[in-house]
Amino acid sequence: MGIDFNREVDRVARLARLSLDPDEKKHMADQLSDILETARRIQELDTSGIEPTSHVINIPVAMREDEVKPSLPLSKVLQNAPRRENDYVKVPRVTPPASNEEGK
Amino acid sequence: MELFEYSAYELSKMLQRKKTSSEELVRSYLKRIELINPRVNAYITATPALALDTAQSVDNKRIRGEELHPLAGIPVAVKDNISTAGIKTTCASRILEHYIPPYDATVVKALNRAGMPVLGKTNLDEFAMGSSTENSAFFPTRNPWDLEKVPGGSSGGSAAAVASGMAPLALGSDTGGSIRQPAALCGVTGLRPTYGRVSRYGLVAFASSLDQVGTLALSARDTALLLNLVAGPDPHDSTSLPDRDRDYIDNLTAGVENLRVGVIKQNVADSFDREVTAAVLKAASLLESNGARVEKVSLPMIDYGLSAYYLIAPSEASSNLGRYDGVRYGYFAPGKDISEMFCRTRGEGFGPEVKRRIMIGTYALSAGYYDAYYLQAMKVRTMIRREYEEVFKRYDILIGAASPTPAFKLGEKTGDPLQMYLSDVCNITDSLAGVPSLAIPGGFHSSGLPMGLQLTAAPQSERLLLQVACFFEQHPETKPRRPELDFIESPPEEGGM
Repeated sequence: MGIDFNREVDRVARLARLSLDPDEKKHMADQLSDILETARRIQELDTSGIEPTSHVINIPVAMREDEVKPSLPLSKVLQNAPRRENDYVKVPRVTPPASNEEGK
Repeated sequence: MELFEYSAYELSKMLQRKKTSSEELVRSYLKRIELINPRVNAYITATPALALDTAQSVDNKRIRGEELHPLAGIPVAVKDNISTAGIKTTCASRILEHYIPPYDATVVKALNRAGMPVLGKTNLDEFAMGSSTENSAFFPTRNPWDLEKVPGGSSGGSAAAVASGMAPLALGSDTGGSIRQPAALCGVTGLRPTYGRVSRYGLVAFASSLDQVGTLALSARDTALLLNLVAGPDPHDSTSLPDRDRDYIDNLTAGVENLRVGVIKQNVADSFDREVTAAVLKAASLLESNGARVEKVSLPMIDYGLSAYYLIAPSEASSNLGRYDGVRYGYFAPGKDISEMFCRTRGEGFGPEVKRRIMIGTYALSAGYYDAYYLQAMKVRTMIRREYEEVFKRYDILIGAASPTPAFKLGEKTGDPLQMYLSDVCNITDSLAGVPSLAIPGGFHSSGLPMGLQLTAAPQSERLLLQVACFFEQHPETKPRRPELDFIESPPEEGGM
């Protein structure tokens, strides 16, 4: 039984914030169906009572004192930002305009 | 003999005896890069001025009689997904094409502290996702043994650079075979250390529970030298192992007598190239005739490794690569609102393989599928780890092929992602188990290409792996060799490029 990824492509691309052109979508749907078909082999294993791996090598959780230490200067942190203004990064509006702002 | 033909260990001795200088060494490698890189394309960015600066400063310290690290003055190449302050770190992706990190990775700090001149940043599959270096957004790297063949991947640039004498040592990263498979295809020694043995701080994240920085070198001794420098705990990486190992060099010549060796049945499979499986069996009998106890051993969970890996790694990647949104760094495409900006930035900035993996991972983590895919894969990973724990009660070392075939042709697998994924089938399960794994030269195929052996041991047994590797280096059939590079004589326009 195969997985038809065609129905899923739009939903998953939206979740992943990826714009895909129509050709890309079709091509990808076919490839992803094949890959997931192979990946599904793990479902034939009985894993009841088995804990999922959380850390591959058992080491104690790394703890340290909560101290203030020097960090990168802001100018360096922002040096790669594609769009910035003063000490901020700049992005398009995040929230839709409120109704009383219409026409402003 | 030219300088680039020596091992890092020999070069280190020459520097200490003042038979050469670091500047002379760096100039020799830069000349070599100028000559060979246009054909092999191992480097994305060369950093000659910086390398010469470091070399001159080390030479001055040596003249003044200051105490220096054994690797001081020895040049090194760094995979371009490892952050270098002030030097472009592209991950071979359009989305980071102009990115200049504001800080050094912990391993790069170690190179700088030791006074190792960095020759440049090496090519890789975009974000280390691939097995041939053909997924680089810029250009493919070619195998110095045969320019029509791939060098493997994703650390194909580092492997090709070391194999062709464009660097004596290189750093790479290995998530599901990205050091070992290219090492096998280029005939060099590639170590994936125990998960956590080397700091990941500053390694651009792909799949955090699997990513590991490691080394590419010409010998076990050179590997040990570099590992001595980069291994150890790091307060910036909470997953780094808290203790420090003993020196990796002092036991190198201890031999293989009485070692319990398991030949992994699944890694000498019928579907593999016959000469590759024959080379593994020959290597095993070499161990046996030198006093090791050798048996065949089956690890049935290996058959599920690839499936589990291609759910776990893409899932973690889909989360890690969420940070490329055009806001703080990287490529940016405008949009009428922030969502369109995100979608267009990512749609235009990422290449096809990265998009595929983000899609698989997003799907496997999405509501309704999480239990059946990601959670099941992480339970299977526990089963894999238990199988390894059991087998290491009976064996000190496991041996198998490091790649099912020698290097394949450029373009041969680019149209079929699953075929490409299968070229890591020997390497992936060791990654899932978190154990150290080493690819070493294992003789030559009738096609003239190198074949690789893979040695695996229990967590934190790097010393043992290097000891066995050193044994193989003493034998004519598994001795490391360098490619002829007959293409150097012909002008770059010719030779079927």
